[in-house]
This record gives sequence, structure tokens and C-alpha cells, in this order.
Amino acid sequence: MNAKIPEGKLSEKWSNYKSHAKLVNPANRKKLDIIVVGTGLAGASCAASLAEQGYNVKSFCFQDTPRRAHSVAAQGGVNACKNYKNDGDSVYRMFYDTIKGGDFRSREANVYRLAECSANLIDQAVAQGVPFAREYGGYLNNRSFGGVQVSRTFYARGQTGQQLLLGSYQALMRQVAAGRIQLFSRHEMLELVVIDGKARGIISRDLETGEIERHSAHAVVLATGGYGKIYYLSTLAMGCNGSAIWRAHKKGAYMAGVSWIQVHPTSLPQHGEHQSKLTLMSESLRNDGRIWVPKKQNDTRHPNDIPEEERDYYLERRYPSFGNLAPRDISSRAAKERIDAGHGVGEMKNAVCLDFSKAIREQGKDKIEEKYGNLFRMYEKITGINAYTEPMLISPSAHFTMGGLWVDYELMTTIPGLFALGEANFGDHGANRLGANSLLQACVDGYFIAPYTIPNYLAGELKTGKIDVKDPAFDFAERKVRRQLGDLMHIQGHLSADYFHKTLGKLLYDKCGLSRSKEGLEEAIKEIKMLRERFYKELRIPGDGKVNSELEKAGRVADYLELGELMCYDALTRNESCGAHFREEYQTPDGEALRDDQNFCFVSAWEYKGKDAEEELHKEPLEFTEVELAVRSYK
Amino acid sequence: MKSATHQRKLWMAGTGLFLCFFLVIHLLGNIQLLLPGEEAKQQFNWYSHLLAGNIIIEVIAYVLYASIIGHVVYALVVTRKNKLASGKKYKYDRRSSASTWQSRNMGLLGTIIFAFLVIHFKDFWYQYKFTTLPLDEKGNKDLYTVVVAAYKEWWYVVMYEVAMIALGFHLLHGFFSAGRTLGVYHPKYIRWVKVAGWAYTGIITIGFMLIPVYVHFTKA
Amino acid sequence: MKLYLKIWRQEDRTSYGKLADYTLDNVSEHMSFLEMLDMLNEALVEKGERVVEFDHDCREGICGQCGVMINGRAHGPLSNTTTCQLHMRSFKDGDTIYIEPFRATAFPIIRDLKIDRTSFDRIIAAGGFISASTGQAPEANSIPINHETAEAAFDSAACIGCGACVATCKNSSAALFTSAKVAHLALLPQGKEEARTRVKSMMNQMDSEGFGHCTNTEACEVECPQEISVLNIARMNYEYNKSRILEK
Repeated sequence: MNAKIPEGKLSEKWSNYKSHAKLVNPANRKKLDIIVVGTGLAGASCAASLAEQGYNVKSFCFQDTPRRAHSVAAQGGVNACKNYKNDGDSVYRMFYDTIKGGDFRSREANVYRLAECSANLIDQAVAQGVPFAREYGGYLNNRSFGGVQVSRTFYARGQTGQQLLLGSYQALMRQVAAGRIQLFSRHEMLELVVIDGKARGIISRDLETGEIERHSAHAVVLATGGYGKIYYLSTLAMGCNGSAIWRAHKKGAYMAGVSWIQVHPTSLPQHGEHQSKLTLMSESLRNDGRIWVPKKQNDTRHPNDIPEEERDYYLERRYPSFGNLAPRDISSRAAKERIDAGHGVGEMKNAVCLDFSKAIREQGKDKIEEKYGNLFRMYEKITGINAYTEPMLISPSAHFTMGGLWVDYELMTTIPGLFALGEANFGDHGANRLGANSLLQACVDGYFIAPYTIPNYLAGELKTGKIDVKDPAFDFAERKVRRQLGDLMHIQGHLSADYFHKTLGKLLYDKCGLSRSKEGLEEAIKEIKMLRERFYKELRIPGDGKVNSELEKAGRVADYLELGELMCYDALTRNESCGAHFREEYQTPDGEALRDDQNFCFVSAWEYKGKDAEEELHKEPLEFTEVELAVRSYK
Repeated sequence: MKSATHQRKLWMAGTGLFLCFFLVIHLLGNIQLLLPGEEAKQQFNWYSHLLAGNIIIEVIAYVLYASIIGHVVYALVVTRKNKLASGKKYKYDRRSSASTWQSRNMGLLGTIIFAFLVIHFKDFWYQYKFTTLPLDEKGNKDLYTVVVAAYKEWWYVVMYEVAMIALGFHLLHGFFSAGRTLGVYHPKYIRWVKVAGWAYTGIITIGFMLIPVYVHFTKA
Repeated sequence: MKLYLKIWRQEDRTSYGKLADYTLDNVSEHMSFLEMLDMLNEALVEKGERVVEFDHDCREGICGQCGVMINGRAHGPLSNTTTCQLHMRSFKDGDTIYIEPFRATAFPIIRDLKIDRTSFDRIIAAGGFISASTGQAPEANSIPINHETAEAAFDSAACIGCGACVATCKNSSAALFTSAKVAHLALLPQGKEEARTRVKSMMNQMDSEGFGHCTNTEACEVECPQEISVLNIARMNYEYNKSRILEK
């Protein structure tokens, strides 16, 4: 494993890289094919950027159109160190905040590059017509987000992800019209094709006709997002899945930081058995909302009937300097601690209050409505409750996977020619992601990094020539896909894929969620193995091989059942608490995470060793030259 | 590069607005029927003669015929294309709750108005242009007497009123819709168009509805 | 509560479909409409019957993938709400619910309630973008955009492309969808450069996809989950007329 971090000072690494990266002559670019799987921010921006340069791009998504990718749902904003507010922001400050926010478990060089490219992203988005919020003078506005002390978040009301995604979707469609991108919507990637150790194509399934197709390319880019949906109840879309990266993993790409999964503190609580989704309420709400629970245990009074002195603003109490804006992992854990201690509110006693009464009193309802109107409307649509008159009820929910495919500085996985972008890679967020950094990372990967690093790789591929889909590797991969689909269809049990998904999700929430313990994880591994056995005996998929959502789900759940086990292994072997990974055995007397830099200052990268064999752990040591490893305190 | 759908809508709007303009001229003439006794007859016949003998009016008349035909033909094309675009029908359809009745039934309203127009043209326009009418004291063709005779019949008045109600609804949607098609998008001007549309529709409809009733009860 | 469902079942694009009857018991009022369909499908799986295919993804009202006709209205009885944001508290025990796909010639049915809305993609591809390539953007604050303009552009840009506007339009017109993008980009200084060609090619594409005429019934605005204003259509018409008048 070589991270290929360029030489030079931290602040000069990226420009050094760019100056020395190999290029491909414009006349030669059209001879090179690139497959991009996923059309979210990372995928669409990467596909559009490469097509603009003149490469042949094939773009795949399982949704009916690229514009539906789940980046669309990001609400709060995107970070960039423009320092428009003159409040002391800089590339270094942003870099430091991100490294610290990630609990010192990410690569310095990558994080610095992320901060460095952030300013340019805002320029790019504005040029594409993204209607960011503006001040009355016409200049861009900012707000603050969890885990930082400056205002560096750019936003488009509560729909920043949507607006950024539409920007990249439009750029993508422009290239589709220009004939430089071939679009394959309602297609799901089912297998990666590797020839002579290099990624050379994919096997996909047309979700309408059921046809199994072969697509070849000189490089394959996976921008397929995170696998937080493994918990079933999460803030993710129903279709979000880890199948593309998992299947690449089984072909040799390492997975890193697998158990680092962020649990978002402000989502709507679960209310019943049939629930399919925990809707996220943007973290930006914490700018003006105050979080509290009743001081009394099992308080059944309506929140409005609980007097001020009987409310426990536990975040303000425990973390006075960051208060309600404490980072996500800390806020979520604090909420869980209160709920577990019997202070939860709501029907299932599984929520805390997010209260806007003070903000409304101080700023007026109009101002709050202007800032969060759509979120309040959404809240009312889902719960039937008007949050202007009573507190919102929120609870933590699985949200973002910091882990993913291991990539080097060039975003290339351990399989040459296979790149992973955005949430699909183990990224720049370490063990915890700061709010509004996810949109940033996806965009920066797609717009600014991949357009340099992929050509650098492709420069060596000019002599390869067209890749033939009749190659035996394609035959082999296609056979495998057909066999798997056939096997799933033939189980003929009696339970739906959702049943297994829900069972797995509950198990992971309990044992590999906000807090983990050795015993719990060991149990979880056993139970997942058992669940997997049951899956292959009791699953039932009615219908045919054409449009069949049950078949789609089953394939994804099959992968989750393997990935979930690796998550537990990953958590089990990390005997420390860091960021989103909280091991009960490793905490300070007052319940804060206890990191072990002596023994665990590395990235765990896992190598697949075959069916039922234990995966092999590789360690990429993390070296910090610019920052000092400090205890992450938000007190 | 033209958008065929928008082009057709522009024709609908253009011809429609011209017809709206014509209705004003027409109403101005008819209002004279409200004058007392003999005065009404002379004024009305004089105005009819004025319009008939004027070269500008002659030109406008041809534009008017073209507008009516154009409006109808384009309406038929638009309706046909919309049917094609809609494809298969919903088994259970409650979409009507999301829009006004008249906006969904412009075709029906238009058909009523067209049927009325045929009768209307036959009874007055044809008579005035192509038959020999007696002259009044001033030597103008006596259309007044023809009109009053027609309004004597109660069923004729009822037919008129029904047609005018249809016209009212047609105008209510048509006037503002034409503004849309022409691209009035600023909320301030939209308000003006809305108010003007209501006022125009009100005046035209009430005006035309009032006249036959008035004539029926006072002159016939 | 107990519900009687009448759901459109159709094998593929070319075959005939029909309404099929289902009865579903123990539906909770807290469930979303799609969770109710999940429950039905769960029961169908257990019986070994092919499930009802429907499009859905984010389930928080923003991706635009879900959308069916519920009791004859796009996205169901509530105005300005996506199907996924509709909850069973809007229905009562013993109700009969008709569930049909969005229908329009430009939205062919793929199976059951799933439809093909790629015609919308092609409208965007025809010009719904600003031709700004990656990496050459000027400093974001170099062109100020006043607060109201930015907000108005956002209002138009908020469209989620669900197709309810077309489904609820008696003419199956895509005017609201197309105009929202035209207006969004025409409002911003960055988008003005291409405004004239954009509006023409997008409207042209809209026509060739087989959408109908906009006759300003304004039903689209009522059903639009993002409350996209019909004034966008007026704006699009203005832009089109202007471009025709000014063209050489």
C-alpha cells in the first residue's frame, strides 16, 4: 500500500502534483474510455469534467435519472474557506478543523488539499448557476456549522445538495447532448472486470429489461456513495447501497475505516415497526435551535409544559464553548447517553427536544422562517406538528460512512485503474466528518482532483487500444453475475429481502452503532453469520428477471450481510475510541472518547481473502508533520 | 427554430385579444340600444351605418373574420394535440380539484360561443349585409327594428343570456391566459392584468347580458 | 385501519394494464404512503406474488423519484406534497384508494407504477445548463447578485423533476418543468448569456417529446411539491417571445 503522497511542504504538495502529473494529448483523449458509476456530486462532476476534456465517458446510475442521486438530499451547506466574513478563516484553519474533527485519523495531505480546493468550488458552482444565499449587497452569505468557530458554510436555503447536484447534473447533461457521455440510467453495476490486475470494465444489469451487459473502459470510477443504509433505518435513500464498492472489494480493492459511520444527531425519531427511513433535519438547525431533555426521568409532560428550570440543555452544559454546535459524533453520543438514562421524550422515549422558542423570541418568526422555512414545513408534513409553536423531536440516525474503498492520494484504489470518489472512498474525514464537508469532498474529488489524477493514469494506457468485451475476464464476470442472480431467485423461501435488511440493521444499531464493546461485536459477528445462512435458505423473490425491485434489494442485502461482518471486525480490532467509533472499554472517567495514538494512529485497510476466509488487515500509518495530535476537546 | 406549441398559443392569444378588442367596439354600439325610445333607433342605425361605410372598419372586419376562423382552427389543433399528449385516461380522475372549471372547459365554452355566433351572424350580420332592409327617417338601414323584433322572443333572449355567460367564463380565463402567453411575468403587472381581466369581463358580460333583457321588457 | 386498494398493474411498456384489488389491514396512521405500499409488498412476497413496482428513493421529498396518482390526484390528496411525504393520517379506516401511474404520452409506463421520465432529461440536455466548463470559474463574489434575484432564482431552481405537473395537467404539458429551469438560469447574470438560445431549444425539445400545450389551468402549481410558481411559465413565454423578436 503506497499512498503516493507527493514530496514537498504540505501547502505545496497539490500544486507540485498538478505541475508534474502526466497529460494526455487532446487528440488521443477520444481513444480512451472511462466508466463512471454513480451520478451524485462526485460521479456527475467527474464524468462531466472528463468529458469536457475529451474522453469517452459512460455514466451509470440505478435511478431513473442522474438527478436523483442522494447528494440531492444534503440540506445544510458546503464549506469553503473564502473568509468572506473576515472571521479568521484560512486554508490552514479549515484543514486543522477537518483534521481535528476527524479525530486525527485522516491523511494530512488529503485534508489540506480538500481545504485548498474548497474556495474554487464555490466559484465553480456560482458559474454554473447555483443560487447560493446572498446578502442584501449581493455578495455571498455564510452560516456556521458544527465543529468550527468560523462562518464558512455556503448554502442554498435547506437544499444546498440539491442545487449543487443540479449544477453537476446539468453539466453532465450538457456533455450527454454533446455526445461525449453515454448515459445509462436504471442500470446497476454488479461486477468489476479486472484484466491483468487492472480495472477494465464492469458488468451491469438493465433494471428495466433485466439484460446483463458488458462495458469496457481504460479506467473505472466508482462514485457510488456510502453504505449507511446497511442500518436499514438511516437518513439515506432506499436505493443507497454498498454493492459496487463491495464487489470491487471482493476483486481486490481494500476497504478502509469500515466501521467509521457517522450517526447524525438531528434526524426524526423512529415511531413504528414499518418505518423505512429516518428523515434528516439539517444540522444547520442547531445554529438557532437549542437541544434539551427534561431533567426528570420518564417525564411524560408535553415539552411546552416543562418549565425552563426543569430543562437540561445538556450540550450547553457539557460543552460550553461549542454548545449546541458540538460536532456530530459528540452530539449524537450525548443524546444517546441522555435517552439511555431515561430522559428521552416522545412516544417511544427515543428523542430529545430541539427548541426554537428562544430564537423566535429574539429574531422573530419571519427570520427563522426565512432561514429554515422548508425544514419546518417538512417537519410538519411528516409529523403533523408545527415546530414554530413547540420543540421538534429529534434523535440520532445512521448517516454517513467515513469508511469506504481505500484510495491513495490520486484517489486510486489498490486495483490500478479503479478510482473511488466521494463518499465511496475512505476519505478525508478520518473517523468523523464535519457538517457541510461531504458535499465539499464529493465536488472537490470530481471537479478538481480526478480530472488531474485520472489522466495521469490514462497517460500510460494509450498503447492498450480498445478493450474487448469478449475477453475471458468478461465471460467469467458475467457468468458469476448470472449465477448469483439465479441463485437468489431460486431460494424460494418465505421472507423478503427487507426482513433480513431490517434484522441486520437492528443488530448493527445495537452492537456496532453509536457505542461498541468487545462482547457486543463478537456476538454481532456470530449473529450476522447466522443471519446470512438464513438469508440463503429463507429468502423469497417473487416475479421475473425484468423489473424486479425485490431482486435488486436482495443483491444489495446479500452484500450488506458480508459488509456488516467486516464492519464489526474493523470495530473489534480498533481498541480505542476515535470520532464516530466509540468503544465502551476506552473512555475517560467523564465519558469522553479515549484515543490511543500510540497504538492506533493508522488506517485499517482490509483485504478480501475469499469466501468465509478472514480478511487481512493492512495498516497505513498516519504521520502528522503540521499538526500536533491533541485531545479533541469541544468543552 | 420555433416551438410549435408556443407558436399556436401565440396565435390563440393574438386572435383572442383582437376579438376582445372587437367586443368593446361591438358593446359601444349596442349600448346605444339602451337610449330612450326613438333616440335609440336613430343612434343605433347611424352607428351601424358608420361602421358599414368605413374603409378602416372594412379592413378590421376582415381581420375579425380571420380571427374568428383562426381562433377556432387553432383551438381544434391545440385540442387534438393535447389529446395525443395525454394518452391513456386515468381510471379515477379527480384532477379537476386543482384548477378552475373555466380553465378546463375553454373548448366547451368556445363551442357554445361559436354556435351562438353562427345564429348571431345569420340573424343580423347577414340580414344587414345581404338583404334589403327598410330605411329609417335619416336614410340609414333600420337594423334597430330587426334587433327589437328578435328580442321580442323570450327563448331568443334566453339563448343570448346563456351564450353571454359562456362568453364571460371564456373571457375570464382567456384574457388572463393571453397575458401569460405574451409573457407578462412580473407579479406587479400580473396583478394589473388580473384586475383588468376581471373588470373587462365584468363590463362586457354584464353589458351584453343587460341589453336583450332591457330591450325585451321595455321596447318589445 | 383497513384499506381497499385498487392498484394499476401492467407488465411492460406495450402490454395492457388493469386495476387490481388488494385489501390491507392494520395500517397505522403514522406510516407514510410508501411504507403502506412496502407493507403490501411484504405481504405479496410472503404469498409468492410479484410485488407492486413503484419508483421511490430518498423518501424525504427531494429526489423526485416517487410519484403516483392517488385517488385521481398527483401525489395524493394534499397539495404541494410528494407521495413519500404523504402520510396515512390523510386517509381513514375503510377507504378505497385508487393508485395509478402518472400518465402522459411522454411518460411511458415501464411496469405497474414505474414510468419513464427521461424526456425531462432530454429537455435539460437541450439547453438547461450554463456552459461553464470545470476549472475556469472567476471569483464567486466578482459578480454581485442581489438578494431578491438569488432568492427568486432559487425558487425556480427548487424543481425536483417528479413530473406531477405533467400528470395533473389535462394537456400533459411540461411547461412548468421547462420554465422553472429557463427562469432559474435567465434570472442569473451567469445564465443570461445563453438565455435566448436556451429557451428556444428547450421549448423545442419539450414539443418533440410529445408534451401538450400549456393552457394556463394552473393545476401544476397546486400539485408541485416545491410550489414552483406558474409565473415561471409566463417568464419562459417572455423569454421565448423576446428571443424571437430579437433574432436575426
